[in-house]
Amino acid sequence: MPYDVGSLMLLNQFLVLGAALFSIGVYGLLVRRNAVLVLLSVELMLNAVNINLIAFESALVTNAAVGQVFSIFVITVAAAEVGFGLAIILMIFRNRRSANVDELDLMRW
Amino acid sequence: MVSSYVLAAEEGVAGLVEGGFWADTAGIMLITPFIAFLAIIALGKRMKYEGGEFAVASMAVNLVWATALFIQNMTEGGSSEVTFPIGGIGSGLQFELGWMVDGLSIMMYFLVSFVGLLVFIYAVGYMHGDIRVTWFFAAFSLFAGSMLLLVGAPNLVQLIIGWEGVGLASYLLIGHYWEDQENVNAGNKAFLVNKVADVGLVLGAIIVAMAVGDFGFVELSEASFAQDPTLSAVAVVGGLLLFLGAMGKSAQFPFHIWLPDAMAGPTPVSALMHAATMVTAGIYLMARTFPLYQNLASEIRPWMIAVGAITLFVIGLLALVADDLKQVLAYSTVSQLGYMMTAVAAGGYTAGLFHLFTHAFFKGLLFLGAGSVIHAVHSNNMSDMGGLRKYMPRTYTTFVIASLSLAGIIPLAGFWSKDEILATLDHEGYMVVFWIAVAGAFVTALYMTRAVALTFHGTYRGEGHPHESPLSMTGPLIALAVPSALVGFLNVPGVEIPGIGNFTEWLAVRVIPMGDNHPEGIAWNLAIIGLIAAGAGIVLGWALFARDAETQVARDRLEVPRLYPLFRRKYYMDDLALGIVDATRGPLARMIDWTNTYVIDGVVNATGGMGLALGRFVYGGLDQRGVDGVFNGLSVLIDGLGSGMRRLQTGRVQQYATAFVSGALVLVIVLMVLR
Repeated sequence: MPYDVGSLMLLNQFLVLGAALFSIGVYGLLVRRNAVLVLLSVELMLNAVNINLIAFESALVTNAAVGQVFSIFVITVAAAEVGFGLAIILMIFRNRRSANVDELDLMRW
Repeated sequence: MVSSYVLAAEEGVAGLVEGGFWADTAGIMLITPFIAFLAIIALGKRMKYEGGEFAVASMAVNLVWATALFIQNMTEGGSSEVTFPIGGIGSGLQFELGWMVDGLSIMMYFLVSFVGLLVFIYAVGYMHGDIRVTWFFAAFSLFAGSMLLLVGAPNLVQLIIGWEGVGLASYLLIGHYWEDQENVNAGNKAFLVNKVADVGLVLGAIIVAMAVGDFGFVELSEASFAQDPTLSAVAVVGGLLLFLGAMGKSAQFPFHIWLPDAMAGPTPVSALMHAATMVTAGIYLMARTFPLYQNLASEIRPWMIAVGAITLFVIGLLALVADDLKQVLAYSTVSQLGYMMTAVAAGGYTAGLFHLFTHAFFKGLLFLGAGSVIHAVHSNNMSDMGGLRKYMPRTYTTFVIASLSLAGIIPLAGFWSKDEILATLDHEGYMVVFWIAVAGAFVTALYMTRAVALTFHGTYRGEGHPHESPLSMTGPLIALAVPSALVGFLNVPGVEIPGIGNFTEWLAVRVIPMGDNHPEGIAWNLAIIGLIAAGAGIVLGWALFARDAETQVARDRLEVPRLYPLFRRKYYMDDLALGIVDATRGPLARMIDWTNTYVIDGVVNATGGMGLALGRFVYGGLDQRGVDGVFNGLSVLIDGLGSGMRRLQTGRVQQYATAFVSGALVLVIVLMVLR
């Protein structure tokens, strides 16, 4: 399939945006102590992926909305995940008076 | 079914003769007592006579066959052998079961069936109300059945089976009243003494059969007549061993010690044992293997005659001092068996077997008469009897007939058979033995006169009121008294009964002529010598014992100072046997103990020690260090790995995430490099 050079140019910029958002998300995931912020970093990484999906879909696939459908799935699952995650964090905070992931090492050996 | 007619009808004529219906079915006689044995055990206790019916019925069936065969043998002759192959050792020695129908077997079939039937009928009356009657009849049937199996045997193997069956049954019957230790001892003694002799029989049978290549009697006879070199090489050893077996069963000196003690059993057992079964087996064996001794093993015949002569005279003397009536008769049986053995060994085949034939009737009668007396006075001892002729006339009359027959008074049966033995000894030139036999006849007459005088004459010394026995007991006495008196006429020398010949011819119906001597007429000089001896015995006995029979037991006139204790102690034979056992069992036991401790235990311990060492090596070396080492090593390794690896499990989510991301980065870099 012949590629539109202009849309490829545009794709690169979206991919750079996605990569930047993903990297910020990874950084937040690894570094932040607050569990809520760790969760938000995960959301950031998911949305970076969504941008990639949409970008590839619009650049490479002309008439099937595969990327959009996939990204909607991701958003749906992410919403549910945030719901679960926040509930867990709320319960941990209630029990331990803290949402610091460094202190949450109960699952060690 | 293998049926072969190999035997001859007439002496000197070898040929095939048809057996006919009775001979072809003669095996029924060998089976019915065993069927009766099982039936008595299964049903006996429910029957009116506690199983005696079955025993009597089986003997009645047998008597039909035996009589038919006997008559057929008288009129036509004809002998046959029916065998069924059972197995074999390799391709050589074949083992067969079956039955033989010839003059010798038919005579024994008839004796066992006839005497057996009468004794069984008698036993129904005698044992009534006794203990363990059912078991008694079962063992009694086994006894008669084993004897028929023995005398019908066409080969040595079946003979040994019957032989041991007779030994077993006699053991059971002698120890019938086992509540008394004495009776148990008597049974053990009979069994053990016979066992010692049986070793000879089994070894002899094996040696002879290996030489002939067959267990059969026909083959043995043929090989003997053909002077077979293999057989003649072992004939003396084999013959001696077979003779040893015969000595045990037929109670020849010094194996006679079991027979007087065998009195411990019920009296009908003694009657059958002494008359037709058990003790005659040895004589029968000698007659069956007669050609072996006649043609090949003639060197040992003088020894056999010597044993017979010692038995007939020396053991006969013991009957003079015994107080137990049955013991008198037992010693008399031993003595008469000595006559038979002497006659057969001297070559008097017919003479010995004719004495066996007549003896069965009058000795059976004497024992049944003694049983009748014992039943009446409840004691075995003649010191508790006396004067019984007034109370028991039928027992008295029949007992006297049998005694006179045994003493050898013309014209009763014992005279003819004993005379024929004397004639044989005279003809063969054994003059010393001849005079011993005459002296034996004198002693026989003396002790039988003593027994009759002390039991039936004088005044009654026992307790209670004796009375004549019931008909089931006196009936058999009368039935036996007739042949006891008359069967001697079947074999008057030189006389042939018109149409049926005589006993010599009937017995001669056999494989090959035996070549024994048959006098052409009555040898009156020998007969008179025998009669004088017997008459002198009776006169002396009467003079010594009858006049004052009341006091006779108290002061026995035969108490010769030195001889009397010798007789009472039975020549110290029992003491000798016990002494030998006592003297040998200590050292023997110690020797066996030593062997056991040091040799057998040594081997066992060494084997065990080797096993133990091997086990220790397998356990300690291979299992604990080798196999377990591998597994333990593996688990230690895994344990160590686990201990190390678990430290990765920090529980800190961000460390895991770092690992994920690092891994993903590594993958990305690898993919990019590989691209």
